[in-house]
Amino acid sequence: MPAVQETIDRVKAIDVDQYKYGFVTDIESETGARGLSEETVRFLSAKKNEPEWMTEWRLDALRRFQTMTEPTWARVDYPPVDLQDLYYWSAPKSVAGPTSLDEVDPELLRTYEKLGIPLREQEILAGVEPKNRVAVDAVFDSVSVVTTFKDELKKAGVIFCSISEALREYPDLVRKYLGSVVPVTDNYYATLNSAVFSDGSFVYIPEGVRCPMELSTYFRINEKNTGQFERTLIIAEKGAYVSYLEGCTAPQRDENQLHAAVVELIALDDAEIKYSTVQNWFPGDKDGKGGIYNFVTKRGDCRGKNSKISWTQVETGSAITWKYPSCILRGDNSRGEFYSIAVSNGHQQVDSGTKMIHLGKNTSSRIISKGISAGKSQNTYRGLVSAHRKASNARNFTQCDSLLIGQDCGAHTVPYIESKNATAQFEHEATTSKISDDQMFYCMARGLSQEEAVALIVNGFVKDVIQQLPMEFAVEAQKLISISLEGSVG
Amino acid sequence: MTTPITLTQAETGLLDRFDAAQAGLAGSAPVAALRAEAAAQLRAKGLPHRRVEEYKYSDLRAFLKSAAPLAAAVTEAEAKAALASAGLLGDLDRFRIVIANGTFLPGLSDVAALAAEGVSVTDFSTALAGEGGAALLAQPKSAGSDGVLALNTAFVQGGVVLSVKAGAEIAKPVELIQIAVSGGGQVTRCRVELAEGAQLRLIETFAGNAGAGEINAVFDYVVADKAKLASTRLLTSEAAGAVLATTLSRLGAEAELKTLGFIAGPEFARNQQFVAFAGEHSEAKIYGVSMARGKALADQTLIVDHAVPHCNSREFFKTVLDGEARGVYQGRINVAQHAQKTDGEMMTQALLLSEGAEMANKPELEIFADDVICAHGATCGQIDEDLLFYLRARGIPEAEARTLLVLAFLSEAIEEFGEDDVTDVLEQRVRDWLAVA
Amino acid sequence: MLEIKNLHARIAEDGTEILRGINLTVNPGEIHAIMGPNGSGKSTLSYILAGKEDYEVTEGEILFNGENLLDMEADARAAAGVFLAFQYPIEIPGVATMEFLKTALNAQRKARGEAELSIPDFLKLVKSKAADLNVTMDMLKRPLNVGFSGGEKKRSEILQMALLQPKLCVLDETDSGLDIDALRIVSEGVNKLRSPERSMIVITHYQRLLDHIVPDVVHVLSKGRIVKTGGKELALELEKNGYADYVGEAA
Repeated sequence: MPAVQETIDRVKAIDVDQYKYGFVTDIESETGARGLSEETVRFLSAKKNEPEWMTEWRLDALRRFQTMTEPTWARVDYPPVDLQDLYYWSAPKSVAGPTSLDEVDPELLRTYEKLGIPLREQEILAGVEPKNRVAVDAVFDSVSVVTTFKDELKKAGVIFCSISEALREYPDLVRKYLGSVVPVTDNYYATLNSAVFSDGSFVYIPEGVRCPMELSTYFRINEKNTGQFERTLIIAEKGAYVSYLEGCTAPQRDENQLHAAVVELIALDDAEIKYSTVQNWFPGDKDGKGGIYNFVTKRGDCRGKNSKISWTQVETGSAITWKYPSCILRGDNSRGEFYSIAVSNGHQQVDSGTKMIHLGKNTSSRIISKGISAGKSQNTYRGLVSAHRKASNARNFTQCDSLLIGQDCGAHTVPYIESKNATAQFEHEATTSKISDDQMFYCMARGLSQEEAVALIVNGFVKDVIQQLPMEFAVEAQKLISISLEGSVG
Repeated sequence: MTTPITLTQAETGLLDRFDAAQAGLAGSAPVAALRAEAAAQLRAKGLPHRRVEEYKYSDLRAFLKSAAPLAAAVTEAEAKAALASAGLLGDLDRFRIVIANGTFLPGLSDVAALAAEGVSVTDFSTALAGEGGAALLAQPKSAGSDGVLALNTAFVQGGVVLSVKAGAEIAKPVELIQIAVSGGGQVTRCRVELAEGAQLRLIETFAGNAGAGEINAVFDYVVADKAKLASTRLLTSEAAGAVLATTLSRLGAEAELKTLGFIAGPEFARNQQFVAFAGEHSEAKIYGVSMARGKALADQTLIVDHAVPHCNSREFFKTVLDGEARGVYQGRINVAQHAQKTDGEMMTQALLLSEGAEMANKPELEIFADDVICAHGATCGQIDEDLLFYLRARGIPEAEARTLLVLAFLSEAIEEFGEDDVTDVLEQRVRDWLAVA
Repeated sequence: MLEIKNLHARIAEDGTEILRGINLTVNPGEIHAIMGPNGSGKSTLSYILAGKEDYEVTEGEILFNGENLLDMEADARAAAGVFLAFQYPIEIPGVATMEFLKTALNAQRKARGEAELSIPDFLKLVKSKAADLNVTMDMLKRPLNVGFSGGEKKRSEILQMALLQPKLCVLDETDSGLDIDALRIVSEGVNKLRSPERSMIVITHYQRLLDHIVPDVVHVLSKGRIVKTGGKELALELEKNGYADYVGEAA
């Protein structure tokens, strides 16, 4: 396994602070809309030249939000976020509207290069085989900076652009689907997002089209005191297929920053959406100072027959993670999958899992969750599997394993398994253990150092999930996991 | 939130019942204060309902439509007549302790024979009136402000304090029968104390008909070092009211606890257990067998608290549901930060026999120590058609084959519990239950 | 090669004394068999040589090519050339045997300042060694030792030994759980590794392994001490008369 060795080398190269994406881009930004109010919402909507109905939609969400209280059921503990102190708009001054690559501020391009995200199409073409190309939508604070390979995708009929652009160019499509999976009042953070979302990606795959390349969005929070509220909407028409990747990083800052996103996926008959996330927001420093609050609502609707939605996530970042990518299995024979690795170290708190709601006949779902807790972190899996009255022959298999490294961390498993149909068959297994002394000794007796042994065993532990990731991401994810666990043994 | 809740008819009724009965309820002044506190909790929060996480699937507030008065005291003669028709355990060789309409009846109990074996049995209400009365109502931290326990504290009529002296090994099982001679609330609390090295097998049964009255029985097990307690609980009365049983267990070092909660019959049954390990190298084995049909609810809830290192726990629950019945299993294993070398293994399995049945499984792990091995599993499904076909291909009629398979399914837990003299009783109960269908 | 001087050791957790003054010198190229009844300390000795932390050395020392072995961590010992073939090889779910072999081999090469093997070179090497031991590609793709039969586990241990080319091989009850055919394959694998630079300590309860791996010296271990040392004929004598004579002597 070459990645193991590489991982170890990289871990060794980093001394005190492991977070390598913690730099700040020095770029002139326009920030505005401080505090949550009707003015802020109108300001945002005007900035984006949104149609009237959209402004109203946002204002309605704001009014609903003002009647809601923050949920407390998750196993996370943090001081309240002062929503009036946040900026709801921050954009690099140089970004005026939709841009072509030639117009993008070179400073921004350098930022994404530094993050390992190539935005120049010709460079991508030069370096990689055509079949491995990835189209990227780069979101910097509140705005989409650039979307690559747009023209080529257009030829295939695929729409891939920022949601702001989609609202201008394809308002009917957006209006038809926005909020149809995650309703405006779904939960506290989703409602907040509905009122103030800034940007995000929009994907539309027409009937029968297999998207010719991987699509990807890279989210970067740069500005201080700015909440990032992105909104992603992906629609796969009958028989369509798309694989979508999402990555996130943020500078290292002492203050906590809020990230409250909403992602909606819609798969119609025979369509398939594969959604992968490598989340590496700044987790806070070794004393638990700073870091991103990651409060995210992600939900997929298998609306059509034989449709399939698959979530894969590698969560290593954020001070607090509150995230339950879910599937509503509405169409008969539809399938939902959730593969997750959640690594927590330092003072991180993770409360994550999934919901598989079986509504249609012969629907099936599979959940593989691997939690690794180290340091003083708390890592909770929270999940719901339910079969409704009409969900005959629903099937679920859940495997939910936790690994503890060190004695100051916690691992918790809270599954809800509800069956209202006798023909539904559910199987759930969970284990919690530590890396056994015997395994460590055996590896060391074969010459591996302690760190190498941990890396090897952890890689084995998470393998089932890593295998679900697209190749380029899998290697990155493995490295990330080892880096996140640096300093957890010894 | 401090907004006062709107009380339901049952809640108002219970509070009225408390006001009326308060003066007559047993206990010292501190006990009276605890009772008043519990009633105040009911006034403030109401009965436990679906928005209380622990009662998410068992909404007592919605179930209880009205409050029956507390059952009136009965004479030994009346109780004796009722007991004659309550043969739950057949001719099983056993000692017997009788509680009727919430009150201990020493005249019908084997007090002297038990004393000869080293077991003392005294009236719980007498103990409540004594100096240490309030301490008898103490509840473990993991129970929080449980609403069913609070109801018990407010209304507890009587029960027994059963103490087994150090080293005494009681060969014959002890049946603790609670019989409703007439309708009305039957609220009892029994404390079972095993001194060091003592061994006891307990069978807790419920008989009679409480009508619309609720049965709220608390069992408080104190198992000292090296002691062993095995208890079988049969919640089998065809009661229309709620049947609520709570176990509070504390285990010393090298102690063993083994329990089986058997539910078949009541409209609304909840068997909840709070098990706490206080000494090292102890073991708890908790089993459950639930059967429900019609619109009945069978709820098995438990929290096992591993507060000290080197303890093992095993939880194994089986549920069979028919008609529009609902089954609930909520089990949580807590492992405290210093409870290293904990071994916890939990399994819950449900079989749904009909279209309308519903099962909710919630097996939880909450782990703060790293050197542990904990696992849980949950399955839910219907009878395996391949097995059924195989049996039928060998000439067994479908109904019989189903009975066989259901019995085999439930017996796994009963056999592993392994109290041989109650195995037959329990398996017969399963057969009887299945025969009604 | 290996010098054990007056080695005393006990179980760290409860202080039970296991080894009570072992003296043993193994020269390059020699094969020493250590035999003895159950509980005599054979496995403890092998674990202490490999560096398992469950034991505490209370007296004595172990020199390996002049270096103090007891000062070294388990991985450093492996890199220095000590190899323990486990009596009960450990299962590691999710880690393919091939992946494990490569990681171990390269870790040791790196510790010795050698370059890592390229993937084609490594594959060639593994394939050649695996064929000798009847280890299939399918087995190499499976997670390490998970679901392996007793024979498969032992063959995987010897394959590791062949790949890692240690200086001192300690074989702990390698014959346990093997049928005759498997025993022959494993023994042949071990014999191939015999060389004037490589020493072996073969720990076994029964003589039959020593028909296949012929030792230069045989020691009888009883109650934590070596109570008798002799040539290979000593093993035959033990087979015939049992340990009774020696167990008494040590008491």
